[in-house]
Amino acid sequence: MPTTVLTYIVRRLIGAVILLFIVSAVVFSIFFLIPRAAGASADDLASRYVGKSAGVEQIHQTAVKLGFTDPIYVQYGRFAKGIVVGQDYNYGPAVEHCPAPCLGYSFITQNPVLPDLLDRLPVTLSLAAGAAVLWLVGGVSIGVISALKRGSALDRASMSVALAGVSLPIFFTGLLTLSIFSYGLGWTAPGGANPMDATSPLDWAYRMILPWITLAFLFAAAYARLTRAGMLETMNEDYIRTARAKGLRERDVVVKHGLRAALTPILTIFGLDLGLLLGGAILTETTFSLPGLGQYAVQAINNNDLPKVLGVTLLGAVFIIMANLIVDLLYAVVDPRVRTK
Amino acid sequence: MMQKRMMTVAAGAVLALGLSACSGGTTSTTPTAAGGTADAANAAVTKVLRPSTTKGGTLRFGMPGDWDSVDPGDTYYGLSWNFLRNYARTLTVFKSTAGAPVVVPDLAEALGVPSDNATTWTYKLRDGLKFEDGSPITSADVKYGVARQLDKDTFPNGPTYFNDFLKDVPKGYSVYKDKNLADLKSIETPDAKTIIFHLKSSFAGFDFFAQLPATAPVPVAKDTGAKYKEHVVSSGPYMFDTVSLGKKYTLKRNPNYDPKTDPESGRLALPDNISVELGLNAPDVDNRLIAGDLDVDINGSGVQAATQGKILADATLKTKTDNANSARTWFSVLNTDVPPLNNVDCRKAVLLAYDKTGYQRAYGGAIGGDIATSLMPPMVPGYKSFDLYEAKTKPTGDVTAAKAELAKCGQPNGFATNISYRAERPKEKATAESLQQSLAKIGVTLTIKPYPTGDYFKLYAGKPDFAKTNKLGIMVYGWGADWPDGFGFLSQIVDSRVIRPAGNTNLGIKIPAVDAQIDKALATTDITARNAIWGNIDQMVNENASVVLGVWTKGLFYRPDNLTNVFINPAFGQYDYAAIGTSKK
Amino acid sequence: MSTNAAPPDRIPQDRPKADAFLHVKDLRVHFPTDDGVVKSVDGLSFSLERGQTLGIVGESGSGKSVTSLSIMGLHAEGTAEISGQVVLDGDSLVGASAEHVRQLRGKKMAMIFQDPLSAMHPYYTVGHQIIEAYRVHNNVSKQVARKHAIEMLDRVGIPQPTSRVDDYPHQFSGGMRQRAMIAMALSCDPELLIADEPTTALDVTVQAQILDLIRDLQQEFNSAVIIITHDLGVVAELADDILVMYAGRVVEYASAHEIFTAPQHPYTWGLLGSMPRLDRERAERLMPIKGTPPSLINVPSGCPFHPRCSYAHLTGGASETERPELVEITPRHNLACHLSTQDRQRIWEHDIKPKL
Repeated sequence: MPTTVLTYIVRRLIGAVILLFIVSAVVFSIFFLIPRAAGASADDLASRYVGKSAGVEQIHQTAVKLGFTDPIYVQYGRFAKGIVVGQDYNYGPAVEHCPAPCLGYSFITQNPVLPDLLDRLPVTLSLAAGAAVLWLVGGVSIGVISALKRGSALDRASMSVALAGVSLPIFFTGLLTLSIFSYGLGWTAPGGANPMDATSPLDWAYRMILPWITLAFLFAAAYARLTRAGMLETMNEDYIRTARAKGLRERDVVVKHGLRAALTPILTIFGLDLGLLLGGAILTETTFSLPGLGQYAVQAINNNDLPKVLGVTLLGAVFIIMANLIVDLLYAVVDPRVRTK
Repeated sequence: MMQKRMMTVAAGAVLALGLSACSGGTTSTTPTAAGGTADAANAAVTKVLRPSTTKGGTLRFGMPGDWDSVDPGDTYYGLSWNFLRNYARTLTVFKSTAGAPVVVPDLAEALGVPSDNATTWTYKLRDGLKFEDGSPITSADVKYGVARQLDKDTFPNGPTYFNDFLKDVPKGYSVYKDKNLADLKSIETPDAKTIIFHLKSSFAGFDFFAQLPATAPVPVAKDTGAKYKEHVVSSGPYMFDTVSLGKKYTLKRNPNYDPKTDPESGRLALPDNISVELGLNAPDVDNRLIAGDLDVDINGSGVQAATQGKILADATLKTKTDNANSARTWFSVLNTDVPPLNNVDCRKAVLLAYDKTGYQRAYGGAIGGDIATSLMPPMVPGYKSFDLYEAKTKPTGDVTAAKAELAKCGQPNGFATNISYRAERPKEKATAESLQQSLAKIGVTLTIKPYPTGDYFKLYAGKPDFAKTNKLGIMVYGWGADWPDGFGFLSQIVDSRVIRPAGNTNLGIKIPAVDAQIDKALATTDITARNAIWGNIDQMVNENASVVLGVWTKGLFYRPDNLTNVFINPAFGQYDYAAIGTSKK
Repeated sequence: MSTNAAPPDRIPQDRPKADAFLHVKDLRVHFPTDDGVVKSVDGLSFSLERGQTLGIVGESGSGKSVTSLSIMGLHAEGTAEISGQVVLDGDSLVGASAEHVRQLRGKKMAMIFQDPLSAMHPYYTVGHQIIEAYRVHNNVSKQVARKHAIEMLDRVGIPQPTSRVDDYPHQFSGGMRQRAMIAMALSCDPELLIADEPTTALDVTVQAQILDLIRDLQQEFNSAVIIITHDLGVVAELADDILVMYAGRVVEYASAHEIFTAPQHPYTWGLLGSMPRLDRERAERLMPIKGTPPSLINVPSGCPFHPRCSYAHLTGGASETERPELVEITPRHNLACHLSTQDRQRIWEHDIKPKL
């Protein structure tokens, strides 16, 4: 790889790390400052982590143990240090060493956060990857056909369906599809079917096919519209006329010349969407009861479990930042005019 | 994947008929009042529907979210206490029965023997008790179970009854810092089968403490503190097979559980396997129940509001529901720190004027609960029937009588105050609005103030200084007993001595006479006499016009057709999870 | 000065030759739109032999590009109504199947376009695009095609062709890019080359090089070339014959020599007069043609040029009502005009010629 590209990547990676620390500081501050702005003291916050009938003494001890009595920069410093060198937590009979990068320790469930995240990541990955393939292939194909047959009944129909896909919320379409296809017809797996429990790749696909399709429906719609618009633009370009003038088959003109150019912005958006989704497809996972990062985030927020929220937010930020970087690099690969730096 | 309903019902019927052929010799006492096999609304309330002793199948539980922990030393959810009887046995236990709630001996061979004016309690363990690995259960294991959960640092979630009542517990005591169990002198284990508890003060209802999950035995060698929940060592009919925290539990039969050592609890251990799915989507849980893809909503609070409408409108689905009471009352507290509610007559005016049916409507009408005339609902032993504020005769309120009371307290034209409720609870909002409307008729103007649920008790209504400064005259509230008896229900909400600077469960009831009666009840060992005292305490609180009574809660539960031996256990207000079975293989 | 309409000494004849290499007869290309029918080409006829160059000249909207696209069959199906005849080497193209015409494109007839930057795909290397053009019509391996591409680049005068073959269009200068496009167009040795405004987007100095290149290649391959332009200076160099179009119709069609030395149509006079020339007195003003190009939906009646013609009044009203036919006024010089021969020659000698 040429050195300029390498230095570019290294620079971006360093920037990414800095950005991640900033993100973590911001999230940390939000969780720190907002209850205090509402007038809560350290003990008030600690009282969340104790049982129903805990006494004042116990609450205060908990506040000290969890570090709530320390100023914000000390608390954040502890967290940041944990990421770099790890931290130790007392779970009763012994002390557990949470190795670097230690993304925090949940005091509510008494376990380190990172193993949870890694455990749930494959579910989110399964969901995101499968849906992504479906919506990319489906959305782009429909967009191309709509563009080529602009104004036809097919075009109008597919754009209307696309509008529905973008407008209907997934917690509605999800429950609906579950009712019809899983419980009514028995064709697909019921809610809560963990893809990681699958016994074979076919079983894995069986469990995921309904969430894939439902999620893909949402995105495919947007991608169909984008592709259609992109294709309409590219097919009017001069180089399309040149390609035809060379005697190329129309199919090659559309795909190799038209679609190739129209896909560039779509690929960049795809990268960003995928990055966002990997941080946790919250609505889909909740609707289909999939134990992924999104569901984890929702539960953590509901339980006011700051370390978990921080952890999942950071992981999501990692994916988004990486996606941005890859998309930028990919753009240079795809469009040679961008490369001259 | 999906069985047709007809076939399931038919199979159920066949099984029921086949019951007579089974001798059922190794199972424990048969459940109370057989409810027959016909599907009908409320067929599993106070009776057993589709009684069965047939074993087999996998019982599938599921719930949205999760509960605090499967570690018996670290849990405070009713559903957890109900469910853990499958993998943990305690000294005593609430019997699996559809009749009145009753505590029976479990690990112990008999109920506790009090001495020293009920400050000492002695239990003797049965013979042949074993853990899942075949090692014997001794009194030391029970002591260890109680001792370890005294460490509220490691186990913050569970109740603190033992911390509060055991005598001379060293400050900051933790079995992880002090490995010598003998240092905890409050609990004695003179031999492998005897365990003796020493309390600070009299407590006549100690058998209720003995049924707490804390008394489940824990082998020291296998205790991993906060990580013990990853594999709890079983003393019950089932043991953990796979544990995915936050996602799924599966349990299989414990080969070292001997039903002969468990003659009184009512456990049947019918299914061969149990699975619990967590983190499900709430409306999806109901859909799966109806579709037959899930057997029990382990959350145990009833179906979602949307499902409720759908089910009640469908005649067939309605026959599969149970509208069951639980030991929970929705009510509001009148804050005597906020004038003019410091005057009992002003308070009585409020209680005479408010619309009792409106309060009930806020909770969904008759399905949501019965109009309460006392704090304790009828199913709690000690319940006393009285109606001090015309709930039965003038349920929409008595404006004339109320105005007379207002005149007596020097506020003939009414007064203004604030009413607080938990913002995320629409039913509490509806309650506040209903009270606002009905009290407006006597000139009492309420300003509604919502506060976040998570901090309601720590920062707002449960913090006396805040409530006083912000003139929270009425605080919408509710209370479910830790267990159905007078102490379990009333002690945390009417005893003025449990009031602390923040995080209160008693939102402001301070009646010295009541405190005295509570002490008396704690010392009365005769159960009937004790229950009567609690009944009187309830009446005294109401005579003091301390609370605006709402409803005694009912939940609407859905039971799929494949459930056998299904009944509501009034001790938990949910289906009994230790006696239920499934006809699906 | 006669005010008569069609003088009797004009004999309508059937020129262009029917057996020429490229023979276009009465080509009409109409586009139905919501606003009306756009008559882009309304009766065009010409012929062209191999080794010969035809220059088609006219303003924007005169229909010259539409003509070339029609010959190549590049109008999207259903958008254009094409009638008339286009016969290429005996092969009738109007009415032929789209697939048949596609197979001829690039192989028998090729086209180069005005702006090589937008006309080439920005994401593929120049080499890739040439190879693609070659392999459509020749079943060879990629290596063979690549060798051929390098040869073509060399042939069109691009230095270091072996490395430049892997460059992208945006990495070339304007002139080099146009050369590359020419290389791509000629990669399959087409017998007909159509160049649509090939130098319009280029610097003046580069223009001459490109035109030279086209001429050299024509001599080498013996191809028929059509150059479409609005710039008479371009065709002065290259064209054997020049066809002047106005409003979709031919107004004058003659040899280049004739057009420049003895133009006969007022529009041609206007074009010649509006060309800036170095050898003219700088003080003298350019003579632009007054007015604006006509709407192709509502073409003026009669002679389409009459609203802008300074001499329309001399036709006795015929230019407003009667469409002038294309007539051979002298051997190999066709004209569509109502002016009498005397009037035309007088005006040419006295008014126009001195000022050019």
